Amino acid sequence: MIDWIAGVGRSTLSQVSDLGRASLMLMQAIFGRSNVGVYARLTVDQIYAVGVLSLSIIIVSGLFIGMVLGLQGYTILTDYGSEQALGQMVALSLTRELGPVVTALLFAGRAGSALTAEIGLMKATEQLASLEMIGVDPLRRVVAPRFWAGVISLPILSLIFVSVGCLGGALVGVSWLGVDSGSFWANMQASVDFFDDVFNGMIKSVVFAIVVTWIAVYQGYDLVPTSEGIARATTKTVVYASLAVLGLDFFLTAVMFGEI
Amino acid sequence: MYSRRLELSVGAFVLLGALCLAFLALEVSGLASTGDNGTYRLSARFDNVAGLTTRAKVSAAGVTVGRVVGIRYDKATAAAIVDMEISQDFAEFSEDTSASILTAGLLGEKYIGLSTGGDPNNLADGDMIYDTQSAIVLEELIGKFLLNMSSEK
Repeated sequence: MIDWIAGVGRSTLSQVSDLGRASLMLMQAIFGRSNVGVYARLTVDQIYAVGVLSLSIIIVSGLFIGMVLGLQGYTILTDYGSEQALGQMVALSLTRELGPVVTALLFAGRAGSALTAEIGLMKATEQLASLEMIGVDPLRRVVAPRFWAGVISLPILSLIFVSVGCLGGALVGVSWLGVDSGSFWANMQASVDFFDDVFNGMIKSVVFAIVVTWIAVYQGYDLVPTSEGIARATTKTVVYASLAVLGLDFFLTAVMFGEI
Repeated sequence: MYSRRLELSVGAFVLLGALCLAFLALEVSGLASTGDNGTYRLSARFDNVAGLTTRAKVSAAGVTVGRVVGIRYDKATAAAIVDMEISQDFAEFSEDTSASILTAGLLGEKYIGLSTGGDPNNLADGDMIYDTQSAIVLEELIGKFLLNMSSEK
């Protein structure tokens, strides 16, 4: 019993100190003097790696999720004779919830795990230590560009996801199931508000971007430098990032749309 | 190491994001179609606005002409005041226009229907509509119905 209590205490302490180390790492990576020109270039490199290379999975899943929403929504709405509301349903679920959340989950799996593995391997092969040896701060050189690249890329990916999803919903609803094109888009435009829905969705996406990328780079930077450690850290990245996204989503939704 | 192709693809990626934002703003949320020529504000006094929410549409003859922007309670008259923003394109409502709270379909959302009258003068920004018909509250209807049933016996 005493052992168990001691174990709980130990793990709580280690969790809190983990959080502290992660925050310090983020602060050091973001703030502090740096040569903006060089790091902007490094960031562009990383945007290519985490953003451009994630495009295909984002576009394909966005298209299919939009199409499924169109199909499912149609079969339910047609029971109530209100299949004109299909556009509204597809667009609202995508802009408010599915767009930011699913993009963040895919991003955690596709780019977050890659970031963790990359930084982890750099640590395991002592590249980070060598950088430090020659007077280059690895936080600034390796971690910061990856962090910013994630924060910039994820909202853009989310915008693309939502747009492709709406088009996918229109493809199924209008072209295949025969919902009137005019009422599909008009209902959508009448019910979706740019600031309440699209803009709030983007705020969600930015928050998810910060959290997911932060978890990914921290897990990579802080792992045990063995092959097993890298495997475990990669798993942790995906699990923690997904849980954080889903949990935060609830609170953000409660704050943004709770009173409606 | 820092190739032109990479630069180009990142540029295209950001551009694609901007295009999608424009698509969401114009096509999905219809940002451009609201407030082209500005709006003006009308208010209406209702005894009961049960079920009406802000952002509900205001229509005249079935055409959407504006939105509800605020619902307040007026202590002096114990009535609800509904503020509406009407597009300038539809600026010609006569002073004896009446407003009623209607329901879209059997279970649909509540909206405000305006029907214009014959008065030669038109309502201007900030004017109040007094000739109104309140929301139908299902419980009240059922209550009246039951009352009639029992009095008939």
